[in-house]
Amino acid sequence: MQALVIVAHGSHLNPDSSAPTHRHADTIRATGAFDEVKTGFWKEEPSLREVLRTVESDEVYVVPLFISEGYFTEQVIPRELRLSGWDVSEWESDGLSADTATLTAEDTGQTIHYCGPVGTHEAMTDVLVRRAETVTGDPDVGEGFGLAVVGHGTERNENSAKAIEYHAERVREMDRFDEVQALYMDEEPEVDDVTDYFESEDVVVVPLFIADGFHTQEDIPEDMGLTDDYRTGYDVPAEVDGHRIWYAGAVGTEGLMADVILERAADAGAAIESAIAAVREATREAGATSETDADGETPAAGD
Amino acid sequence: MTDVRGAQLDALVDRLSSGSDPIEFDGLRAAATEDGYALSTPEGDEHDTLSESELRAAAGDDDVAPYVTNWYYWEEVVGRRGRHRRAFLRHAEAANEHSVPERYAALEDGMHTEWGEVVVTATLGDDGERRYEIRHADDRDADPETLDRYDDPLDARELATYDDRGRYRPLKTAPSLVSGWVFEDLDGRDAVETLDVLYPASVANWNLEREGELDVTHWRETAERQTGIYDVVDELPREAVEWVSEACCVDSQCLKRREWQYEDGDDLAADGGAGAFPCREPCSLVVAAARKWTKLEEEGTHTYEFELTPSEKEQIEAIIDAVADGRVDEIREADVYEGANRYRTRYLRAKRFDDEGNLSGTPTHRDAE
Repeated sequence: MQALVIVAHGSHLNPDSSAPTHRHADTIRATGAFDEVKTGFWKEEPSLREVLRTVESDEVYVVPLFISEGYFTEQVIPRELRLSGWDVSEWESDGLSADTATLTAEDTGQTIHYCGPVGTHEAMTDVLVRRAETVTGDPDVGEGFGLAVVGHGTERNENSAKAIEYHAERVREMDRFDEVQALYMDEEPEVDDVTDYFESEDVVVVPLFIADGFHTQEDIPEDMGLTDDYRTGYDVPAEVDGHRIWYAGAVGTEGLMADVILERAADAGAAIESAIAAVREATREAGATSETDADGETPAAGD
Repeated sequence: MTDVRGAQLDALVDRLSSGSDPIEFDGLRAAATEDGYALSTPEGDEHDTLSESELRAAAGDDDVAPYVTNWYYWEEVVGRRGRHRRAFLRHAEAANEHSVPERYAALEDGMHTEWGEVVVTATLGDDGERRYEIRHADDRDADPETLDRYDDPLDARELATYDDRGRYRPLKTAPSLVSGWVFEDLDGRDAVETLDVLYPASVANWNLEREGELDVTHWRETAERQTGIYDVVDELPREAVEWVSEACCVDSQCLKRREWQYEDGDDLAADGGAGAFPCREPCSLVVAAARKWTKLEEEGTHTYEFELTPSEKEQIEAIIDAVADGRVDEIREADVYEGANRYRTRYLRAKRFDDEGNLSGTPTHRDAE
């Protein structure tokens, strides 16, 4: 028996925080690749301290639904899961390369394959692109478009900016969008000045965040000038300084995130290849059976 | 009347023929011997040299069939893989206290187990398979037709996310679970899964406690483990931890039974509650609130002078009580006899607050005087 446990931050205040986690868990559950798929949270229940005891399997793949390596993935999660003998050197990471470490959970005795965060996996680049496809409703979006990948910046976590740069560079190498730029909330180049950094008239803006919340739904739309007041909403695309800004909302809400979770588990040794193929198809929205309403008033964020 | 299905008989024969240990389960004894099959129950049936076809016939006898289907359900359907799940399902029919015929009779009517705000009802199918129904205790007597009916445990997630006013429930064990729904016909796995969505980890912790293995982590250890912005909570004074547990952990606020104390051998005085399942350590809500209280407790007291009538002093106490007990919405608009009534409160504010919002015009900080 093998189980997947997706661990995420969650929130005491906002149910939207854990909604994508549950949705991705449902997607993966439907593939039948694991005997059990469970979720555990820092701020919700089951807590990280208790999630493993809700799992019957002896072998558990734990995938952190976090954007970057840092405080949560290196300290909080291993401590709260009671991973015996954990040391961050197990990952041998340069800040982007954490893959997996196999440890024993002290309280349950289960074998835990503790994976690196989803945000630094190379498959995350595909999710950014898929998010751009979804928000524009165009499965071939790229030509004539710029793409901005938005992150928090280094104020909270140095590795956060590393992940942004990494994916921006990978999208650039695809040679699919006319321009690709990494932007930040709290450092230069700032997302406030998004239109200064692009010549393309159309710019897709994708925040590299796990869930929609204060930053992605309030700060960034107002900072970019999509709206004066986030409560009144904004158009997708919205006209700003002669550009059309296609604001995508948190990348973590994109269905293809489930694929990155599976990739993490597969890298850690889970035999789940067919599930990965199934999820890549099942989560495709743009150009699939259901049409995305690209001109709708409602932002695609938070779906 | 219990019918034994062919597949159940096949399983019994396979199990006995496989050369493993004899069956001794809930009163059923069966074995493969050199002379044939042996079969007995506490009802007085005793066979010891049955051929396979005789075994099949004997297993279908009215007295024996419940024992056979009972064995099949627990050993072949539920199995022993999910230790906590099995323990809960056994508990749901008091399997360790009652004989198979007693349980089968009781299951005909349904056996009820209260779990937080819900009731789990175990019933029996014709072939001994158990089915489980879960609904809110407030709907105990409701016709299922009048309730929203579900069959997927994951649907419980939506039910558990919002209270009856649509507000987010960050604590799943808060006594604010909405009613009006029923999971009518679940198998054992889905029943436990549903409970695990409504009250995460409650089944595992209940069983660990039952087996004497619950790993309780007391306040001190929890507080000292914290890092980052919660690093400070170990500075919260002991008496304040009493107030935290009285504020957050009593049954009116959380249905888990608090088993954690200040530290081992140093119990907190507040009532830990009487819930079915235990709380084994301060939860993230308590830790987050304790962080705020740690910062607040760093402040020293000041002596303020307020001008209030006796009734106004009592009214302030009534307002605090109403908020703390969550009664604000129950106070009727025109009930001016309630101190926490909105008009009464607005009147007090109009009379006693100055333009800056200071009670009796007394500034909060001395340097503002």
